[in-house]
Amino acid sequence: MNELLGIYIHIPFCVSKCFYCDFNSYTDKSYIIKDYIKYLKKEIDLYSVELKDYKVKTIFIGGGTPSSIDSKFLCDIVNHIYKKFNLSTLIEFTVEANPKTLDKYKLKDYKNLGINRMSLGLQSFNDKLLKSIGRIHTARDFLESYDLIRKFGFDNVNVDVMFNLPGQTIKDVIDTLKKVIALKPEHISFYSLKIEEGTLFYKLYNESRLDLPDEDTERDMYHKGIELLEDNNFIHYEISNFAKHGYECKHNLIYWNVKPYLGLGLSAHSNINSKRWSNFRNFKQYFKCLDNGRLPIEENEEIDVEMEMAEFMILGLRLIKGIEKLDFKKRFGLNVDDIYGMQLRSLENKGLIENKEEYIKLTKRGIDLSNLVFMELLP
Amino acid sequence: MPKDRQKRVRNFSIIAHIDHGKSTLADRLIEKTGLLTEREMKDQILDNMDLERERGITIKLQTTRLIYKAKDGEEYILNLIDTPGHVDFNYEVSRSLAACEGALLVVDAAQGVEAQTLANVYLALEQDLEIIPVINKIDLPSARPEEVKREIEDVIGLDCADAPMISAKEGLNIEDVLESIVKKIPAPTGDINAPLKALIFDSYYDNYKGVITYIRVVEGNIKPGMKIKMMATGKTFEVSEVGIFAPGQVPVKELNAGDVGYVAASIKNVRDARVGDTITDAQNPTEKPLPGYKKVTPMVYCGVYPAEGEDYNNVKDALEKLQVNDAALVFEPETSAALGFGFRCGFLGLLHMEIIQERLEREFNLNIVTTAPSVIYKIMKKDGEMLTIQNPTNLPLVAEIEYMEEPIVEASIMTPTDYVGAVMELCQSRRGTFKNMEYLDQSRVVMHYDLPLNEVIYDFFDALKSKTKGYASFDYELKGYQKSDLVKLDILINKELVDAFSIIVHRDKAYERARSIVEKLKEVIPRHLFAVPIQAAIGSKVIARETIKALRKDVLAKCYGGDVSRKKKLLQKQKEGKKRMRQLGNVEVPQEAFLAVLKFDDK
Repeated sequence: MNELLGIYIHIPFCVSKCFYCDFNSYTDKSYIIKDYIKYLKKEIDLYSVELKDYKVKTIFIGGGTPSSIDSKFLCDIVNHIYKKFNLSTLIEFTVEANPKTLDKYKLKDYKNLGINRMSLGLQSFNDKLLKSIGRIHTARDFLESYDLIRKFGFDNVNVDVMFNLPGQTIKDVIDTLKKVIALKPEHISFYSLKIEEGTLFYKLYNESRLDLPDEDTERDMYHKGIELLEDNNFIHYEISNFAKHGYECKHNLIYWNVKPYLGLGLSAHSNINSKRWSNFRNFKQYFKCLDNGRLPIEENEEIDVEMEMAEFMILGLRLIKGIEKLDFKKRFGLNVDDIYGMQLRSLENKGLIENKEEYIKLTKRGIDLSNLVFMELLP
Repeated sequence: MPKDRQKRVRNFSIIAHIDHGKSTLADRLIEKTGLLTEREMKDQILDNMDLERERGITIKLQTTRLIYKAKDGEEYILNLIDTPGHVDFNYEVSRSLAACEGALLVVDAAQGVEAQTLANVYLALEQDLEIIPVINKIDLPSARPEEVKREIEDVIGLDCADAPMISAKEGLNIEDVLESIVKKIPAPTGDINAPLKALIFDSYYDNYKGVITYIRVVEGNIKPGMKIKMMATGKTFEVSEVGIFAPGQVPVKELNAGDVGYVAASIKNVRDARVGDTITDAQNPTEKPLPGYKKVTPMVYCGVYPAEGEDYNNVKDALEKLQVNDAALVFEPETSAALGFGFRCGFLGLLHMEIIQERLEREFNLNIVTTAPSVIYKIMKKDGEMLTIQNPTNLPLVAEIEYMEEPIVEASIMTPTDYVGAVMELCQSRRGTFKNMEYLDQSRVVMHYDLPLNEVIYDFFDALKSKTKGYASFDYELKGYQKSDLVKLDILINKELVDAFSIIVHRDKAYERARSIVEKLKEVIPRHLFAVPIQAAIGSKVIARETIKALRKDVLAKCYGGDVSRKKKLLQKQKEGKKRMRQLGNVEVPQEAFLAVLKFDDK
């Protein structure tokens, strides 16, 4: 047995809510943190029995803003995981952080916990833009946090950058990327802003009060960004992710390769053994289940083989190198061309994918229009 | 004895503009005469199709017998014959009125007289009916009953001194209405011993009894076992049941001159028992049928197609079922290159068309696509042949056409004087010819226009409502045909002609319509992998063009562990949306594109 597992821990607390963010996170519930940590540990207890045959390969603490809470809470949880899970194979341990929420004490604790990768949210080097999307920090705050992280010896750092922001220009995007590249991070996430329901931006957008770049400009930002990053030896390995050789995010690769992962905490998602499930989104129900010794699961989805193949394809094709036909064969005992022959031919004719002897990957156009590809592959 | 009974019968209708409270008054009359308890009444029982209740209009007639003990101590039989309230159903209104001796004219105390009220009053006057004005909604704060009374006296010439002032909603003064009916409306006359002569004023199909005809016996009597003959169609049947509306159908032994009731005679199709026809005794026929029979003919046509091809037979079945009940609906199979197999359907008017479309979707659960409505054009070909066409696709080549004619209607539009300018502007933009204008009072006028019907069916009513903030009302009647400079406007999507979008328009309007259609289509057709030109053309000449730019982006930037299930759902939804699209060549067109060409923005 001894299968490898990724663990995700959700910390649903932030100092303030960014205007575009639809993640499950609260800015006014710091009084509940202590309880939350207590319940997270209960959840860990329940799963540690159920998943005792798994070894943990990666841990990712995300949010929210994990760096916004007192590091003693993180220590509490992480030590509990050390106690309850087999971490002998742990190779990557990431914490998400935002500028202005880090200090040397927290970073010292992180280091001691075995955290070896930091992911820092920047979004833009333009202070005006930062303010207009609801970030609480400036470019200068970011630089301070980044330096501090490096000072504590973290040698694997990701920086989040966004484009397609209201009022943003191509020049602004390139400017930001250049400045980030100059800092020599190992990894850069480069995202297009998407207007999500339930956010302030969603409301403004519907009132036509959001001055978004048009579609052509948005794609130019993306393409020019890719070009610049690749010129600087970043490998474009997923639609929105870039890394120096060997620094691809191992945890996220678990998602894209459809390998098992366990999500802990409020609204966290898991995928193990052909099942997907997600936890309750509010504290009350989450706590209540755990009080009764039950897993706090809100939704369950059984993944049949047909769906698993589709997931393997659509998540795998998010990777720029595409999917290996041999991997498909090993996993399902079938040839990918026998299963998706018709769809693949039509997508190839449309110039959206490349279907080669050993692999299938999206073309440049296919990356821009990947939903059209994925749609065809869903059952 | 029966003669005595006849004296105590009153047959009457209620005429009113939509929303003036006809159905509510009917409910109150039923309630007051104790037919049903309040609890039994599903508000407004006379409008019993869901659709009717929702839209507040009456489509199929309902008839009810009320027993009223009047102040004079006598018990009267009041037959309330409901009428549909819309111009599309004018003929049906006139037949219901022909079955009566009197009518209640319900006028909203706040709104006053409206175009439709007038139209119906004229119909009632034509039938020589005693008309009793009833002022409704006097409880409204905006009610101005005295003014409205004066208006009725001035405009229609009816004496309003004794007009009951009521609130049907509040049940106020309903008794006055009942007393007026008894006192003012004459009892029917008609020889009970003469040969049978009865007017069919409605009919519908019942699964068990066959067609049920609603009749008014004018002379003679009718009872089960009798052989009857429909004078217009010449068909004969044997009566299996006669009865009255109490308000459900209650069988009786016979119906005599003056009575209103129903007849069942194992009739298979409403076509064999047409509204307006006269029923007589097959063995002892009356000499002359009642006057006024008219075969209803459709004025507006459109293509009705199943959204999914496999539903073709279901659409056919549904249309057949509706037709059994609706003598005015006609249809025949047709094919469209764009939409596949479907039907060309004919309707009395736009409302009738909308009602049928909605019933197909709701009652039969069908997903349908309809093409732009068309009127019937007459085409004189150079070889002397005269064609009538209702589908633009069937128009002969321009070179073969000598001239074309289009139907013209006489329209009367009643509006507050404030909107005269707006109405004139609208009518002019719709190629209307101004006839004259009458002042009803200081603040209201009736404007008479001759309008091409093809302009009327093109969203005229909505445009009128929006330009007059809903105050204007509108009525029309077919006048005749007129030569006109018409052209066929074709729409090409990705350089391929889509027949379902073709329309016939006046040459002067072609450019404007073309622009409006290509712009609409540009909005509703999604972007494709390639650029899609949309062109509007007359013959081979393109007069308007838009291009849908190629799709550049359709990608989800983020997809991590927590996103998978949600993103799969989004993709699934997108996939289903795509499935519902019509494939026209290489281009996928959503169903709503076909609706888009029906609506017009009067900018």
